[in-house]
Amino acid sequence: MTRPRVRLPERASVGDVIEIRTVITHVMETGQRRDLDGKLVPRLIINSFTATFAGAEVFKAELNPAISANPYLAFYMRVPGPGEFEFTWTDDSGAKVAEKLRLNVV
Amino acid sequence: MKPKMDKPVLDRRVFVLGTGAVAAIAPFLTGKALAQAAPQAWEEALKRLVGEAQPTTDGRVTLDLPEIADNCNIVPFTISVESPMTEKEHVKAIHVISTANPLPNVATFRFTLLSGKASAGSRMRLAQTQEVIALAELNDGKFLMTRRQAKVAIGGCGSS
Repeated sequence: MTRPRVRLPERASVGDVIEIRTVITHVMETGQRRDLDGKLVPRLIINSFTATFAGAEVFKAELNPAISANPYLAFYMRVPGPGEFEFTWTDDSGAKVAEKLRLNVV
Repeated sequence: MKPKMDKPVLDRRVFVLGTGAVAAIAPFLTGKALAQAAPQAWEEALKRLVGEAQPTTDGRVTLDLPEIADNCNIVPFTISVESPMTEKEHVKAIHVISTANPLPNVATFRFTLLSGKASAGSRMRLAQTQEVIALAELNDGKFLMTRRQAKVAIGGCGSS
């Protein structure tokens, strides 16, 4: 689970509804697949994602094995004022990746 | 006449009749037919989410999904629900359910008043041609639903 990439608008004003697009590298192993010996490959997926802005929750996603590898998520926020986003991805192993990004509010 | 295209794939009446017929002849068939008479996994998943509530399909939920998936491992989808997203009236969550994947639950997206817009998108895997269901959970406890079919090319993901 590496290289989160987040796309924000270059600038936004208070009250604007902006789109946030995120993607992260992850195998999203379903737990349904068998290896060459016929053994089930254990499930390893990102099962949750959260986005907060200035400490307040904006959006959350609970993911299941049907979500594609390198999960992409797009969602919206109504800009409440200046602040910083924090995005967190958590996988089945408990590993977490967090990314902080300031929104340019004009 | 070309009713085939417009007909919902899982018309409730057809489905009920179908299961009834299977149940009627089940004693003469093998285990496979018997299994079909039981509620399908996606129906149980839907039931777990809505409980006793009856989801309405009034067109307020839009599920964008390609009609034919080029790559069944990466099928983009977007769901939007018409809602003012105010304290009084907002969408709490959108659930995505697959009717023919090995596991019915695909994802749940949870919104807040900061969301501003009840819309989210991602990419999913489709094991075979099927209907995908988007279920929106409102703050007043009601549910809105829509379903769309996505075709997967022959020799698609189910076998891999």
